[in-house]
Amino acid sequence: MYARRAWLAAAALMALSLPAAAADTPGVTATEIKIGQTMPYSGPASAYGTIGKAETAYFNMVNEQGGISGHKLNLISLDDGYSPPKTVEQIRRLVEQENVAFIFQSLGTPSNTAIQKYLNAKKVPQLFVATGASKWGDPQHFHWTMGWQPDYRTEARIYAKYILKEKPNAKIGVLYQNDDFGKDYLIGLKEGLGDKNAKMIVQEASYEVTDPTVDSQIVGLQSSGADTLLTAATPKFAAQAIRKIYDIGWKPLHFMTNVSISVASVMTPAGPEKGVGIITATYGKDPTDPRWKDDAGMKQWREFMTKYYPDGDQNDASNVYGYGVAMTLMQVLKQCGNDFSRENVMKQAASLRNFDVPTLLPGIKINTSSTDYYPIQQMQLEKWDGKTWVLFGDVISGEGS
Amino acid sequence: MQAFLHQVLSGLANGGIYASVALALVMIYQATHHVNFAQGEMAMFSTYVCWLLLQAGVPYWVAFILTLGFAFAAGVAIERIIVRPVEQAPVLTVVAVFIGLLLIINSLAGWLFSYTIKAFPSPFPSDAWYGSPFMSPHEVGMIFVTMVVLALVFFFFRFTPLGLAMRAAAQNPVSSRLVGIRVGWMLAIGWGLAGLIGSVAGMMAAPIVYLDPYMMTGILLYGFAAALVGGIDNAWGAVLGGFTVGVLENVAGAYVVGTELKLTVALAIIIGVLVIRPSGLFGRVLVTRV
Amino acid sequence: MTMATIETSRPAAARQYAGLSLRAWRIVGVAALLVGACALPFALSSYHLFQATQVLVYAMVLLGLNILTGFNGQISLGHGAFYAIGAYTAAVLLDKTGVPYWATIPLAGAVCLVAGFLFGRPALRLEGHYLALATFALAVSTPQILKYKHFEEWTGGVQGIVITKPDAPLGLPLDSDQWLYFFCLLWTVPLFVIGWNLLRGRTGRAMVAIRDHPMAAATMGIDTALYKSMTFGVSAMYTGIAGALGALVAQFVSPDSFGFPLSIQFLVGIVVGGIASISGAVFGAIFIEFVPNIADQISKAAPQAIYGIFLITSMYLMPMGVAGVIRRATARLARMTGERPPR
Repeated sequence: MYARRAWLAAAALMALSLPAAAADTPGVTATEIKIGQTMPYSGPASAYGTIGKAETAYFNMVNEQGGISGHKLNLISLDDGYSPPKTVEQIRRLVEQENVAFIFQSLGTPSNTAIQKYLNAKKVPQLFVATGASKWGDPQHFHWTMGWQPDYRTEARIYAKYILKEKPNAKIGVLYQNDDFGKDYLIGLKEGLGDKNAKMIVQEASYEVTDPTVDSQIVGLQSSGADTLLTAATPKFAAQAIRKIYDIGWKPLHFMTNVSISVASVMTPAGPEKGVGIITATYGKDPTDPRWKDDAGMKQWREFMTKYYPDGDQNDASNVYGYGVAMTLMQVLKQCGNDFSRENVMKQAASLRNFDVPTLLPGIKINTSSTDYYPIQQMQLEKWDGKTWVLFGDVISGEGS
Repeated sequence: MQAFLHQVLSGLANGGIYASVALALVMIYQATHHVNFAQGEMAMFSTYVCWLLLQAGVPYWVAFILTLGFAFAAGVAIERIIVRPVEQAPVLTVVAVFIGLLLIINSLAGWLFSYTIKAFPSPFPSDAWYGSPFMSPHEVGMIFVTMVVLALVFFFFRFTPLGLAMRAAAQNPVSSRLVGIRVGWMLAIGWGLAGLIGSVAGMMAAPIVYLDPYMMTGILLYGFAAALVGGIDNAWGAVLGGFTVGVLENVAGAYVVGTELKLTVALAIIIGVLVIRPSGLFGRVLVTRV
Repeated sequence: MTMATIETSRPAAARQYAGLSLRAWRIVGVAALLVGACALPFALSSYHLFQATQVLVYAMVLLGLNILTGFNGQISLGHGAFYAIGAYTAAVLLDKTGVPYWATIPLAGAVCLVAGFLFGRPALRLEGHYLALATFALAVSTPQILKYKHFEEWTGGVQGIVITKPDAPLGLPLDSDQWLYFFCLLWTVPLFVIGWNLLRGRTGRAMVAIRDHPMAAATMGIDTALYKSMTFGVSAMYTGIAGALGALVAQFVSPDSFGFPLSIQFLVGIVVGGIASISGAVFGAIFIEFVPNIADQISKAAPQAIYGIFLITSMYLMPMGVAGVIRRATARLARMTGERPPR
């Protein structure tokens, strides 16, 4: 009876062991490069799972077109349910079992925090992590970890600079999601405002993703006397906030996080006339913004989506994001020549010069060096006019720490 | 003062959503003596079905009625096909089945409809006379609809033979069978009606909270709390519980502890109420003979 | 039936199978299992060993939960909270103080024992659904409490705390993964033995009596209030110890890892493994550790749906859990051979 239990356990364990790929350069054979990734395909963040699917589709496209230097790309994307202990398990499987060459675009700040030390200790590149947290650009301590998108603190600092210049006596309220994403904006804003932050920020209101609405927080922010608002919220709550602010007749100078500016997912459900005047900083093109309708880069993206990821939502900015990062990885691999060792992959990732991705705003380029692990640091401000986002000002270089 | 009033009214609006979900939970409890964790997901899925109909050009009230029909049929089907095989199993096994159902429906919705939020129209015109800066016309209308559903549920269970039969089937299946009540079908109809009420809750909530697969997850939490605070066997109690929870949550968050502990405090107060009155504020205190 | 018939129908001596009684076979079986468990680290790769260690951790949690819910009848949807308290106790001690890793485990257990008892006392008045709600509320609030800004200095807030894995002591020839596995085993085995002893003794019978018929139990002189709170405490202690070990295994704690889904996982674990069963804890742990991976391999589009289907199917086929199936099978075997079924 008990022996049977042991057999069950052993059988279960053995059923899950897969043949390891043997190679001098781990994950690389003469014809294939194995790449690992963890994505939240289940659980509370499963909306972002589409990024993994878009990237898988992109690699399929590259393989159909012949691969990189004759190597096919094999992206092994595993579900971690946005739970850090699960991420650790899956990453260990990818590194120790599947012997992948490197980890690409794992999603989530806590998830990546959990695996950062391990991957750096094992000298496995943790490339282009899919999070906007500011701590990924630290080549001195974590040589093998690199982010991709402009981080949230840089963005918040840009807003702070704008406020200090245009409205130095502002009374600022902040609506933020109570997790690493929202908190990063709050910290960035405070850093950008410097010593004045205690005086200028009059109310901080947080919400949980399980909250049905943020109406109470908006009412509270209005009654605090704030005349400026920074909203660090995901699309659903951003739309609710925009609508409520309009409905109660409040007209603050409103800054919105770059994460929630999609025309189809936020501005239209909220009511396009209700968000007039909202300012945001952006670096990429929104697939639902009418001004990019005939843009060559977006047309290319749409063709890709129709042919290789037909199930994907062409209104979802996550799919544009995934496309852009995958393209950046292609550039890195092309620069590798025929040497796909982990050291060289990391070296090439840190040697991107003015690389242009057609889904990024014109004027924004990707640059990295051995001391600069922030690929994209430029953003531009834009304002909503009721129909579309209108860029203003110049491309700003955010200073990464 | 105005801000306080605003918070209270906003709380009532939220409370309306919780109350309507609590009603569905009460319905299923009175009919089956089980608490269905998948109720929220069923409501969400029905709302998506309505959305599909609206996208296809069907006028609002026609789509509404059709969705009610779908929700009822789906509820009956789920009871007959999925819940029936474990009817005799211990409580926790049934709970596990409900959890499985929750995961399946949620995942299916995400797969079929994607995770981008969708706007859902409101049948109440946005410039109606009963609107105000404090409460949008839809929020007022929703409370009205909830009260209508409450009255119907109360009337159904108290004054109709079918309602009586359903209560009997839940309370004492053996005796009910002896009297000629088809217990199996009573349970199925109970599920159908709960699904129907849930779909109303979903279609009323969606214009406010926007439609996405996770729409009901947070709401179910509060709806559950509301139903228990008010007394899970009492429709009026559940609705009052919903409003109480809504206002409490807002006031606690705005004035007592700040938004960072809003959820915790609301739940702590609910537990406190239950410790003082274990069967809920308006629930029937069951006295058992031993 | 005469007295004589009744007496002769009782078996004179236990039936022997290949020279040993059934009881002796059970002892052999447990010994074999222990030997197998000790041999595992040398047979498995690092990654699989990591998974096996996680199974041990979950088994302790599920045993704790089973003691409370299965044997004592108090439904808890909030054991994720105690797991989190255990994990954070260990993490904060390791991060902020110089307490060595092996001392953090009993400390975490002690903290959770107290926490569980304190929660159990007011929860005495709650039954069934209401207790479920109270524990549910606890589970849902836990991440929020952990993220609270005034605790941030200790808990690291939303960024969490990173922990280093301990190395094998005394220069033993084991790598850190193997050592961690043995360390977890060193806690799992005693906890299971204590649990088994507790449950088949007077305390266990008192707990089961309270579950089945509280009124009769009170009439027989059992202090139901004390037993129920104590059971809560013990159950929380088990979970807290497992949480601390889990933190060492994952090397990271963050508030959002300990939300409501975790408590649901634990409930699923004891139901699939078998309620009111000690061996069920191990089966349940294997289920919740491996089935999500299998679901992920089957479908990327909707892995949660596949998991849900697995769950529902398991409930159809095994309403009493895996342990229930085994129990029925051995009962049938015993009936066929004429032996009284073992307890």
